[in-house]
Parts: sequence; C-alpha cells; structure tokens
Amino acid sequence: MNRKKSRFGYLFIAPYFVIFIIFSLYPILYSFYMSFTHWDGFSDPVFTGLENYVRLVHNPYFYQSIANTFIIWIISIVPELIIALVLALILNEKFIRGRHLFRAVFYFPNIVTPITIGVLASLMFDWQTGSFNKLLVALHLIDQPVNWFSHPFLAQVIVASIMCWQWFGFNMLIYTAGLQSIPDTLYEAAEIDGANKFQVAVRIVLPLLKPVILFTVITSIIGGMQIFEVPLVAGNSSGNSTQTMMVYLYETAFKRFQYGYGSAVSYGIFVIILVLSLFSLKVSSDRKKTQPGIKEG
Amino acid sequence: MKPVSRLQTPNIYELNRAERMKRLVWRGIVYLILIFVGLICLLPFYSMIISSTHSNTDISTEFLLLPGDQFIENYKRLIGTVNIWRGFLNSIIITVSSTVLTLYFSALTAFGFSKYKFKYSNLLFGFILATMMIPGEISIIGFFRLMGNFNMLNTYWPLILPGIANAFGTFFLKQNCDSAVSDEILESARMDGCGEWKAFHRLVLPLMTPALATFGIFAFIAQWNSFLMPVITLFDNNLQPLPVMIAMTRGKFGTDYGAQYVGIVISVVPIMILFAFLSRKIMSGVSAGALKE
Repeated sequence: MNRKKSRFGYLFIAPYFVIFIIFSLYPILYSFYMSFTHWDGFSDPVFTGLENYVRLVHNPYFYQSIANTFIIWIISIVPELIIALVLALILNEKFIRGRHLFRAVFYFPNIVTPITIGVLASLMFDWQTGSFNKLLVALHLIDQPVNWFSHPFLAQVIVASIMCWQWFGFNMLIYTAGLQSIPDTLYEAAEIDGANKFQVAVRIVLPLLKPVILFTVITSIIGGMQIFEVPLVAGNSSGNSTQTMMVYLYETAFKRFQYGYGSAVSYGIFVIILVLSLFSLKVSSDRKKTQPGIKEG
Repeated sequence: MKPVSRLQTPNIYELNRAERMKRLVWRGIVYLILIFVGLICLLPFYSMIISSTHSNTDISTEFLLLPGDQFIENYKRLIGTVNIWRGFLNSIIITVSSTVLTLYFSALTAFGFSKYKFKYSNLLFGFILATMMIPGEISIIGFFRLMGNFNMLNTYWPLILPGIANAFGTFFLKQNCDSAVSDEILESARMDGCGEWKAFHRLVLPLMTPALATFGIFAFIAQWNSFLMPVITLFDNNLQPLPVMIAMTRGKFGTDYGAQYVGIVISVVPIMILFAFLSRKIMSGVSAGALKE
C-alpha cells in the first residue's frame, strides 16, 4: 500500500486521542483513584485505602446483584439465540415470501428505547391493570391475575423475557448474514448427495455458522452483564431480585451518593466482565484452531 | 427445525398429490410460526396505542382491543406535568449534534489511519480496537466528577463531546476508507494542487457517504436511546431528553396509566416511522457491522 508519509496523519487522528484521553482514559483512572476514597458528592474525597474493596467483597447485596444478572442473562440468552437461529434458518428458505417484512417486524423491538420498553412492560405486566393478565384471564389460562413483579423469580423471568423479546431479532440478522456467506455450491452438493433439510442444517449449516454463533454469545455476554434500563423501570416491586450489577452501581452512586464505594463496584463489575470476555475469547480461539469454518466478514 | 425438514423436495412436478398436500401443510405451519412470532413482536405496541386512547377506568378494568376516544384527555394530563415535546426537542438537539460530530471525526480519524504512514500508527489503531472491549461503566463516576470540575454538569457538553472519540465508528469507517477511497485518486488530487484538508472534505467525505449513512443511523439510534449519561449529568428536568422524561412519567403518574401510555406512544411512533422508511438500510447495517469484526 502506498500511503503518504506526512504529519497530517497525526493531525487527523489528534482530536480522537485528545477527547479520548480527557473523556475516557482520565475518567477511568480517576474512577480507580476514587475507589480508594470516600466521597459523598459534596465535600472533598477522603482517601480510605482498601476500605471500599473490603466492603465490596463482604457485601451480600453485591453478590446477589451478580447472581441476579447471571440468572436474567441465562434465562434470556438461551431462548434468544435458539429462536434467532431457527427464524434465520426458516427465513433463509427459498419459498418464503415477504422475507424482508418478517425480518423487519422481528427486528423492530430492538431499536425502541429500552426505557420505553421497560415502562411499557411495567404497564402491561401490572398486577391489576396490565393487559397481559387480562389476556390470560380472557383466554381462561389463569383464574386470578398474577402479581408478576412481587414474586422474585417471576420478576426475573419477566425481565429476561423482555430482554429476549427485544434482542432475538438482532441476533437473527447476524445469523442471516452468516447464512448468506455460506456458498450455494455447498447446499447444491448436499442436495445432490440426497441430504434432507434437517441433515443440511445440522451437518453443514451449524458447523459453518459456529464462528458467528460464538460471536453472538460473546457480544451477548458483555451486553448481558450490563442489563440496566429494563430492570430499573420494570423491576421487582417488593424485593431486589431484579437488581442487576448495573442497577446496583447506579443506585449506590447516584441514588445513595456513595461515589467512592460505587467506583469500587464499577471496578468489581469490570473484573467480572473482563474475566468472562477473556474466557470466551479463549474458547472461541481454541475452537477456531480445531474447527476450520468460514471466515467471518 | 422439523417443519422445514420436510420441505426439501426440489421439483414440484415429481410430486404426487399426497406429497404436494403434505408440502402445502408444512409450508402453512411455517408461515403460521412466522406470523405468530411477528404478532408477539407487534402486539405490545398495538396494545400500547390502543390503551393510550382509553380512560384510566377502562384501562384498569377491561381488556382493550379497539381504540377509544380519550387520547386528547390523556395527552393533556401528560403535558400538564411532563414537558414531553421539550424532551423531544432536547433529544433532537443532543442526538443530531453528537451524531454529526461522531461522523465527522470518525471519518477524519479513519482517513488519518487509512491513508497516512506515521510512526506507531498500527499500535495506536490497535489501541483504539482494544478500547472497544472496555465496558463504559468503569469510567462513569470519574466522568461525573470530572464534568463537575469542568463545570459541565447540567449542560449538553458531556453528552456531545465524547462522540468525537468513537472507537467503533473509526474502525468501521477505516475499513470503508481502505476500499472506497483509492490511493490513486488521492494522488491525482494532490498533483492538481489539492491540499490534504480539501481532499478530505471534497473527496474523501463524499466517497464515504454510503458508509457514513449506515454508521450514522446507528450513532443516531444509540444516542437517541441513551439514558444513563443524561440522567447522571443533567439535573434540570427541562433539559432531559425523551427517555429520561419517559422514565419520569413512571414516578409522576403512579396510577395515571393513560398519561403514561401517551408518553410512550410519543416516544415510539417517530422511531416506528423512521424504521418504516429505513428498515433495509438499518438491517443491512447491523449485519455489516457485526460480521466485519
């Protein structure tokens, strides 16, 4: 490649790095410093050493928020990816008409503001007035309205279902793109060999789609650990079973004004996400070595 | 995957009547599944629009399927308490300015990395890629205090300025710049006496327009939907963007369901209209963005 050697290169990338250092890098380091202090937002921060971290590792609410995040993530991600995959496979069939319309409809919930989705969910799943309970009663599936948000596990299921509902369309689009990168000749060869659709799906499509599936798993781990808006507005009304790590961080810092401890919480979350990301990267690179699949992109 | 497994027979003329029936039935079932999932995606929005047109008594006592006539009443109560159109305007101001900054500077940074040779350029670009892995929350408390020190709290600067350093945008647009802007065309522009800035504005930006449009849609939606940053950096309720105002209706109208429904209708319908026009572009952008990583 014949790139021009010139000072303009530095000039053009300078604004990025100036803004990055001021608005990202410095705040990251500043948060780290703050995690060793006590700061209530009014007086000056007081250095307290490891006190916040000691409090963090002994705090049952923090562990509960981790557990809540994992439970909600697991209950939402498994159906989310399965539904996404099945729909992507179905919509990849040649005979389907209105493919674009179906994809658009399935994807639509993903671009609506999560806060709006949360408020809508809290209204729809409201115990006495929500349309979901009324629908179930009208269909004679239940006799009495269910108080979804007062039950710890049901509240988690509701939040997870909403996440699943909002995100399966996104993953479906990614699988669709993966499917479209599989060459037609492979399907044709399988057809000539007399393979049926099921065999083609299991023997050819799934192995070739593995890198894409891993990609969606990794991105949804990182995204899933940051579940925030929906549980914040539509969460459990009587307990904290939907207090995710991000909700815990937000409430600690910006509701209870414990900014120093909040910084320690944010670093705790960072460590969890880091470990998970490294783990999933390791798994995916190991798989890539043993499983020659399609190259993404 | 069972339904699809029966649909493979390629040539319709080879089928006898029974097999053709079977195939028809399976296809019907596949369409039913698709329509069912589609309804699940859309019914909540239908229910939302229907509910917004009914009185609180109706909402809390009946299962509503048809529109009512209380929309204006609900709307009046809503805007009597929450200045929702102000929130709409705030959202537009924040989103448009931050999207424009993000697009311009992402393209500029991408161009710098793509077409110039300088020391450590690969290292610096690798660094940008690595920052994509860092979750944003580890910086928010430091960010909050720093903005306080800069006297930027309760202004739009903390929401707009960080857009200049957009790692994904830089990455996405650099790939596009590598392929869409050829070295030859830049060379010939330089020979004709075109300066580097002029080349960027007159040549590179127009050549990258399709990629800028794709990425711009995403930058726009992400900023339009953002909640955490505005809620922590803005204290004045009148400065809040739409999502924060929607969250506020929750607290302010405990049992006024009609007003809350009108609020969420106002926040969803513009997105619906936007999506109706741009769905192809948005969806192809999702796949392009994901698979290029």
